[in-house]
Amino acid sequence: MSHSVPIATTRSATGIPTSRLAVWWILASEVVIFGGLITCYLLFRLHHEAWGYEAAYTKAWAGGLNTFVLLTSSLFIVLAHQAAENKQTDKSFKYIWYTIGGGLIFMMVKAYEYTSEISHGFTLTKSVFWSFYYTATGLHGFHVLAGMVIMAIISFDVKKGKNLHRVECIGIYWHFVDVVWIFLFPLLYIAK
Amino acid sequence: MSDTAENHHDSHPPKYYVKIWGFLLVLLVISLVGPELGIKWLTLITAFGIALVKAGMVCAYFMHMNIEKKYVWYILTATLLLLLVMFTGLAPDIMKPTGQNWENIYHEPTAEEWNAEQDAHGHGDGHAEDAHGDGGH
Repeated sequence: MSHSVPIATTRSATGIPTSRLAVWWILASEVVIFGGLITCYLLFRLHHEAWGYEAAYTKAWAGGLNTFVLLTSSLFIVLAHQAAENKQTDKSFKYIWYTIGGGLIFMMVKAYEYTSEISHGFTLTKSVFWSFYYTATGLHGFHVLAGMVIMAIISFDVKKGKNLHRVECIGIYWHFVDVVWIFLFPLLYIAK
Repeated sequence: MSDTAENHHDSHPPKYYVKIWGFLLVLLVISLVGPELGIKWLTLITAFGIALVKAGMVCAYFMHMNIEKKYVWYILTATLLLLLVMFTGLAPDIMKPTGQNWENIYHEPTAEEWNAEQDAHGHGDGHAEDAHGDGGH
């Protein structure tokens, strides 16, 4: 059976594979979403001393642990990409699942934090700081979850040696999620 | 077309990425230890300065932006310019506390007022002054 690829996936005026270019466009929209949130937070935070009092209740050790987890998962996905480039499909599959494991640990730590904060009365409606906190970390957590699901789906194709270029695409997305957390961490956990 | 024919050819050994990861972890430790010294300007550098360095390293080496085509830089720069437009549009409204046709009824609480309010509502078990200047959290 002949196998034809849609022309849009083979044409590349920029010299960038279509799939990777698509990921960059997605990330461009994500930059505006997260950048907009962070910009608004900075504007309010600079103007309201009281936000620092609220931020004193976030757990710096938990934020630090999650930064470590995401940085480590970024290492795993870049190693998965490298293995895919070298057609080491089993190795790539293994590293993809290590990355998913990192995402799972991240979500567990976040769930612990949310539970602790909500039980102390720091809910979404307590103040504008906490509204921002839950919106930013919740949206970020959703992106972590989405990344984990996509990685799980592509991992089985990778194991069969198919669509290996997708490892790089999901890797770029995952690193971006890491970069967003790198900025949220000092804003929400360190600046008190 | 091969699946990976047009993707970045990664000739670095795994050790290269492990080294970058190790450096990122050192930066993370510095960003955690910095605020403990209680010096405000140092906290700004160790928290936000290091965040910029960490993000830059992840983008350059893990996302391979150091070898990416220029079009990606154009796309991302355009989005950052849009953010700048948003910032300049919002900043006067948020940062300016007075105006001719409106009255600012918001009162910024002092640390004492804020603590009293928390005690009255039974929130948390700490106080605002714990979080200021001395790096306590």
